[in-house]
Amino acid sequence: MDWLFEFPELLDIDTDAIDSAVRGFAVWAGGVLDAITDGLGGLVNGIDWLLSHVPWPLLVLLVVALGWKARGRLRSGVLYGALFALVGAVGYWEMMLITLSIVIASVLISLVLGLPVGILLSGSDRANRVVRPVLDTMQTMPVFVYLIPAMILFGTGNAPAVIATVIYAIVPVIRLTSLGIRQVDREVVEAAKSFGSTKWQAMFKVQIPQALPTIMTGVNQTIMMAMAMVVTCSMIGARGLGMEVINAVNRIQIGRGLLAGASVVVLAIILDRLTQGWFSDRKKGPGGGKEQ
Amino acid sequence: MEDTIIRVEHVSKLYGLNKAEAAKLMEAGATKDEVYKKTGVTVALWDVDLEIPRGKIFVIIGLSGSGKSTMVRCFNQLNRPTSGKVYFEGRDLAEMNKKELLAFRRNKISMVFQSFGLMSHRDVLSNVAYGLEVKGVPREEREARAAEVLAMVGLSGWEHQSCAQLSGGMRQRVGIARALANDPEVLLMDEPFSALDPLVRRDMQFELLQIQGKLQKTVIFITHDIDEAFKLGDQVAIMRDGQIVQVDTPQDMSARPADDYVRAFIGSADKSKVLTVRNIMITPTSLTKLTDGPAQAIEQMRKNALSTVYVVDERLRLAGILTIQEAIRAQKEGLAIRDVIQSQVPTTSPDALVADVMPLAAEAAYPLAAVDEDGQLKGIVTKASVLASLI
Repeated sequence: MDWLFEFPELLDIDTDAIDSAVRGFAVWAGGVLDAITDGLGGLVNGIDWLLSHVPWPLLVLLVVALGWKARGRLRSGVLYGALFALVGAVGYWEMMLITLSIVIASVLISLVLGLPVGILLSGSDRANRVVRPVLDTMQTMPVFVYLIPAMILFGTGNAPAVIATVIYAIVPVIRLTSLGIRQVDREVVEAAKSFGSTKWQAMFKVQIPQALPTIMTGVNQTIMMAMAMVVTCSMIGARGLGMEVINAVNRIQIGRGLLAGASVVVLAIILDRLTQGWFSDRKKGPGGGKEQ
Repeated sequence: MEDTIIRVEHVSKLYGLNKAEAAKLMEAGATKDEVYKKTGVTVALWDVDLEIPRGKIFVIIGLSGSGKSTMVRCFNQLNRPTSGKVYFEGRDLAEMNKKELLAFRRNKISMVFQSFGLMSHRDVLSNVAYGLEVKGVPREEREARAAEVLAMVGLSGWEHQSCAQLSGGMRQRVGIARALANDPEVLLMDEPFSALDPLVRRDMQFELLQIQGKLQKTVIFITHDIDEAFKLGDQVAIMRDGQIVQVDTPQDMSARPADDYVRAFIGSADKSKVLTVRNIMITPTSLTKLTDGPAQAIEQMRKNALSTVYVVDERLRLAGILTIQEAIRAQKEGLAIRDVIQSQVPTTSPDALVADVMPLAAEAAYPLAAVDEDGQLKGIVTKASVLASLI
């Protein structure tokens, strides 16, 4: 009766073969992969170059202005500006700019790919059924599992970090774009059609503007997930605040770790409030939001 | 010969997988519920034939689930019929290609929705201008036109408000303005006033009648309110379970309901606002001519057990009323009928609504005389016939 308690391991999957296949692919597609690596690295470095060539008081003022505009109160803007400056004051200004660059690059790519995919999915139930498990996988697969192949394919540094971040962070913008467009009031869409809109006109003049609050929530979620991923990506050599956290943890420097960790939190909060603000501003303002 | 703008022939709309099987069952006379239980197919419309006259208000009435909303969406092809044809000015809508369908929707037909269907990210003006915008009309021109239509529905000065700030009635005015901006030939209205409170609804009905009177559009109006249907409709079609039960004018429908369902449906209506004098008047049992002698008149009254008779001239025009007392006096004194009749008789038009003649009928000492525009006596309205029409 022993066989009842020993699960029959009938499938012997050769994981070594997968390893060598991935390595083989890395060599075979080396040219393309290098180009992607260079492109992504260049994008991050470019953004970083831009940010670090803006005088710091101007960046702080920009945060104040955006916070003021987004939240509608000068007090909030000043608070976010002060928090932003605080991270610099404890010595993490440059690291923060690098982290910010990786986040911005990842979010840009996520939006460029995610928005069209979300729009396409909103119009087709069949595509939605196919893509949903893929999105679920991207969100639930432990990140370390694809950090390793990312490293093999794209080396270490900022490029694989951007790719891993995009895989993880692109999901909410796709999901919420599709959801937002599907949730637009049926009569409003019918109205658009009944006046002779083409599909394109109905989508861009009515459905997307109507879905904008939900889409913006997706964008905000994508930014927050990218921010969360940046620390993890430091394990494959992404620089910035995440690297500082990892170094501190490795050397058991609790204080330094806390300080860097707190900086990540502050940056995340600022990004969240600045991007969420636009959404709630729309809701309050004239013409914005859905009538309920 | 009435000019038909839209003709619907044998239109059916089924939802579900096994449509052929369901159609067979329906043809064999199964009910909608039986078909759904057996095949899982929902029959929204079954074999509908309609002729919509140009320039009139055509009301389609039915309870929810009767298929009226599905029907109205067949007119602009938001729904495509499973079988059957819809013709607009003789053209089969199903045969239009994409481009022709867009042009048809942009120029010929537009729609007003129950919960308004306004685009909340646009202000009032650009909502109204939407139809012109997708058509490619330049901004200045379309905004001028939109402002013009807004003025027509009484919303001048609200152009740049957000729709969310308007009351329900005002939002539907925006909806109507948007539908009129394209200057369509047909206006589809899917329960446009059902979401409004009764007072506002009455105003809007009145305004719709005014607008229709001015612009002479063909209006296809969906409602579940029989009073609204009878008030607005030149013709009313009653739908039940996806089929047309009766199409008639409100008057004829009240007077001659096709079956018990229609009778029950209009039982809830205030009939006095639908029925006209023509529907309830009776032909007088006796008529006396001006040239008759008093003796003949007395004989008439005696024979019919009446105390009064209506007197007409040789062309059947009402001359007056003769009471038995006056007739006897005339006979004694040798007078002509002409000298003793009462010419001040309460009269009414055969086309007047029963509701409007009620006070007159209640006060008058004699039955009302229904007289057409030439003065010819068409019938009489007694108090009893007014009361009988209400039950």
